[in-house]
This record gives sequence, structure tokens and C-alpha cells, in this order.
Amino acid sequence: MIDDSTRQLCFDGRNVPFRPGQSVGAALAAAGISSWRTTRVGAAPRGLFCGIGVCYDCLVTVDGRRSQRACMTPAHEGQVVASDDPRRALDEPGGPNA
Amino acid sequence: MPDRTRSDYDLCVVGAGPAGLNATVTAGERGLRVALVDVGVQPGGQYWRHPDERFPDTLPQPSATRRHGWREYRDLDARLDALVRGGRVVHLAGRHVWGVHPGRPFLVRATAAGEDADPVVVHARRIVLATGAYDRQLPVPGWTTPGVMAAGGVQALLAGHHVRAGRRVVVAGTGPFLLSVAAGLAEAGAEVVAVCEANALTGWAAHPLRTLQEPGKLVEGAGYVTTLLRHRVPFRTRTVITAVHGTGRVTGATLRRVDRRGRARAGSEERVDADLVALGWGFIPQLELAVGVGAATRVDVDGSLVAVVDDDQRSSVSGVYLAGEVTGVGGAVQSGAEGALAGLTAAADAGRADDPRLRARLRRRIARAHRFAVAMHRASSVPVDWPTWLADDTLVCRCEEVDTGTVRAAVRDLAADDPRDVRVTARPGMGMCQGRMCGFALSCLVSVETAVTPAAADLASLATRPLATPVRLAELAEMADGEEG
Repeated sequence: MIDDSTRQLCFDGRNVPFRPGQSVGAALAAAGISSWRTTRVGAAPRGLFCGIGVCYDCLVTVDGRRSQRACMTPAHEGQVVASDDPRRALDEPGGPNA
Repeated sequence: MPDRTRSDYDLCVVGAGPAGLNATVTAGERGLRVALVDVGVQPGGQYWRHPDERFPDTLPQPSATRRHGWREYRDLDARLDALVRGGRVVHLAGRHVWGVHPGRPFLVRATAAGEDADPVVVHARRIVLATGAYDRQLPVPGWTTPGVMAAGGVQALLAGHHVRAGRRVVVAGTGPFLLSVAAGLAEAGAEVVAVCEANALTGWAAHPLRTLQEPGKLVEGAGYVTTLLRHRVPFRTRTVITAVHGTGRVTGATLRRVDRRGRARAGSEERVDADLVALGWGFIPQLELAVGVGAATRVDVDGSLVAVVDDDQRSSVSGVYLAGEVTGVGGAVQSGAEGALAGLTAAADAGRADDPRLRARLRRRIARAHRFAVAMHRASSVPVDWPTWLADDTLVCRCEEVDTGTVRAAVRDLAADDPRDVRVTARPGMGMCQGRMCGFALSCLVSVETAVTPAAADLASLATRPLATPVRLAELAEMADGEEG
């Protein structure tokens, strides 16, 4: 049976499938992606930890909005999800992701 | 600007898990106008978390329906629906309460939790706080490596999204919840390399009577054990993870046998391969709203700060009722009964008819569940010498990346002598999670250094969070404008 309920979001240029109702974090985890943020001090990778919106470790940029909790953000078709690295320059105000 | 103020409620219930749902339907069915505010897009809380019901055809199998207590959830959900349709209850889903302004009426302020829901302010004469709990964590070398998750988070991915967070898993910590997580993983096709329980099972055997008095729990536990046996999952007692390995992603963990106090036994080191480590050391009640309104607190038998209630679920603050894990971690049965009792009391205090028989029955159920919970906490305590597993460079605070050595130095060299002092000196617990992940560990570490057991006042200072969840500045500004006008 063909599962026509599968949709896709875009994570750092890569298509990631999800099912409606899943969170961004769940979709990334299902695709085997375990980190999408780099810490400020140790430059260490982070992803899901508490999984229920408490720890704020899974922060990610979603459709240009920074610091969204991947575990709490519902996945949508065509959503643009970008990993976060504090050493990367921010977009100019009024730029494409503002 | 849209009118975001919801006025004139008899009761505002915060949280839609077993406690909040019971409080809402009990009060609503007795004639109160109730606003139910909850983080989830659908009711159920952590315990009854299930796939998004708006998309019933997208998930492979309705496994949630086999969950313990599912029929009770369905019943509560139907009663909630009827009350919402009748205009008695408004369900403000997908909203995170970040502050409660005390007074009559109380002002309950909430922000969007994830989806684009409008922020709201609810005015209500009484409030029930049923905010639940989250996993208690202890730091261990390597615990910030991606692929290490809270056991509750692994469960949430399974139950809410049908996602298995790894293929080869070690589940470790203490308490019966680990069995439930391991069983869920095994049934979802993961290879569970080991379930590591830090305590010995003799703790349970010491209280067989209490276990028998709570047959629901016994049946639930037996179900998990059967699943684990069927999948040949090794269950190891007096065993802990002392290190997680891997850079960028978990590749394995070191297991050690420990004594009663949690000291690793010489020569017991064993390395296992895994791509997921699920950790859980019991639960921490979400207490900031209760502390914020000034409710009296105490330290419970499991070392957690909990709020004090009378026999009818009233807090020390007039008009504030508490139900569920915030009064002491006791599980879903106790939470549900406390929620119903809180709803009943709020309705009676608002002048509605009481139901003495129901009240007596709920009190008995709570007392029985509480006896069980106390036995469980005694058998599943955090081993006192767990800080011996830490290296100086092991992070304690994940958010601000403060390591063990820095915390210890703050106490030894800078003479910070309580957790709050250490927090302002070395910044552990000052990041985005506001100390929720490291607060317990931090109080243990400071206690080891100072040889002073943390008191309720110390823990309450760690649980004080003027904003219970981060809020966008624009939203605060907008709200201030709205309230002046």
C-alpha cells in the first residue's frame, strides 16, 4: 500500500519526510538526524533531550524564526528548518529570514 | 488588537493530564464555568500522550489504545467535549502558562506553546494548578552527547509520534517508569541492550503489602515485565551508566555495578554499544506556578520540592487548589483522584452542592495510592554517592555549559554555601531551562561540598521562575498595552 500521507520538510537543504501531526524534532529523529544546534561555549552538538518542551536543548530555526523548540513545533509541508550555530553570522535585518 | 482577555471564569485549570482533566470535568459538571489551559494541542498530558487525532489515518497502528488507563482517558475526553459543546468549559489548547497574578480574580497569562495560538489572559476566581512533572536527571560524563535523552522524552517520541529514537538502546536510572520505556522500545522493534536499575529489587520486596493494595500498579508492572522477558531484555539491578561514549552521536556506554550508596564496584566496568541512552531518575514536579503564587512547600520523601495541600486539595493560598504530581509524585491514579477532588472542592467552595460520598471515596483512593508511592520512592531513591561518577569536566548545567569542577570551586574557593549562591556565582541553572534540568543535581553537589542537606527554602529558591516559560518581548509589551487600555 502506498502511504500518501507522507509529507516533507527541508532541513539544511535535505528533504526529510514526516507524517502529519509529528513535530519537527520527531521527523528529524526518525530520519536519523540527532543534532541541529551548536553550543556557544563548547561548540558541541545538541538535539533532543527532554523531548517534552522543558530543556530547550533542541532549539532550531524554523521558517526564519530562530530558537524554536523542535520537540514542540509541528512539522508542515515545505517548512524550512535550519541548524543553528552561534558562530555563523546572523542575517541582516529585513533580509530573507528576518 | 484582538481581545485576548477571557473574563469571568469561576475556575481556571492549568494542565490537561490526569489531574487537570479530572478537575475540569468534575468542576464543569457541577456548574462552574471553567477555562482549561494546556500546553498540548490535545488533552492527555504526558501520561496519555498520543498521536495527533486530527490525522487518524496517518499512523501505522493505534498502539495508544492499548495503554494503561486508556478507557478512562476516553471517558474524560468525552465528558470534556460535552462540556465544551455546552459552553460550560473553554479549552485553551497549545498554550503555556507563564505567569499567574494572584488576587480575585486571578490573572492567568499564557503564550503560544508551539503552534500559532493567540496568547491569552484568563480571569478566574479560583485556580487549579495541575502542571505535572518532568524527568529528573543526574549528569554523567558524556550525557550531553546527542543520542542521550530523558526516558520521558524517548517515551513521548514513541507515544506521540511513533518514532523510535534509536536502534540499540540502554535504559538507565531508577524506578518502574524505566520498565515502561524499555517495553515500549522493545515492542517498537528497538534492541534494548540493558535496563540498568541503580537500586536493588529488595526495596520492593520489603513492601509487598503496599504493592498488593494497589493492584492496578501491579498489573501494569507485570505487563511490562512480560514484554521485557519476551524480548529477552536484560534487567540489571544495582547497575548504573558511569559514562556515555561518542562524539557527535552516542556510540556506547560504560556500565558499572554499584553498592547501596551508588559507589562503583572495582572491576565491574563493562562497555556496551548503543546509539540511544535513555536516562530517568524519577520525576520533578513543575512547581514554579505554585511557588509563584506563594503556596507553601515541603521536601517530599523522594527529595523533590512539592506543594502542601490539605485533605481537600486546597493549597495554603486561598482560591488556589493543587492536584497531581505538584503535591508529590504519585502516578496517574493518584493524580486523577486528586484532580477530581480539587474540582469537587473548588465547586463546593463556590457554593455548589458537595458530594460527601464521592469526596470520601476519592480521599481513600488518594491515601492508598500515596502509600504505594512512598514505598516506590523508598525503593527507587537516587543513590547518595552518585556525584562520585562525575569528572571535573562533566557538564552539570547543559544550557550555560557549567562543569562540575566550576560548581565545586564555587563552593570551596568562593564560599558560595547554598545552591542559589552557586547559581549567581558560577551561573549553573541560569540558562533557557531555568535550572529545570540541573537544579536537583546542583543542590546535591552543593550539599556534598557543604555537608548541609537542602531544605525546602533552598529548593524553593531554585524553583522560583518569574516567567515560567520564555516569552517574546513583543508579547509582553503588547500585553502591558492591553492591560492599561
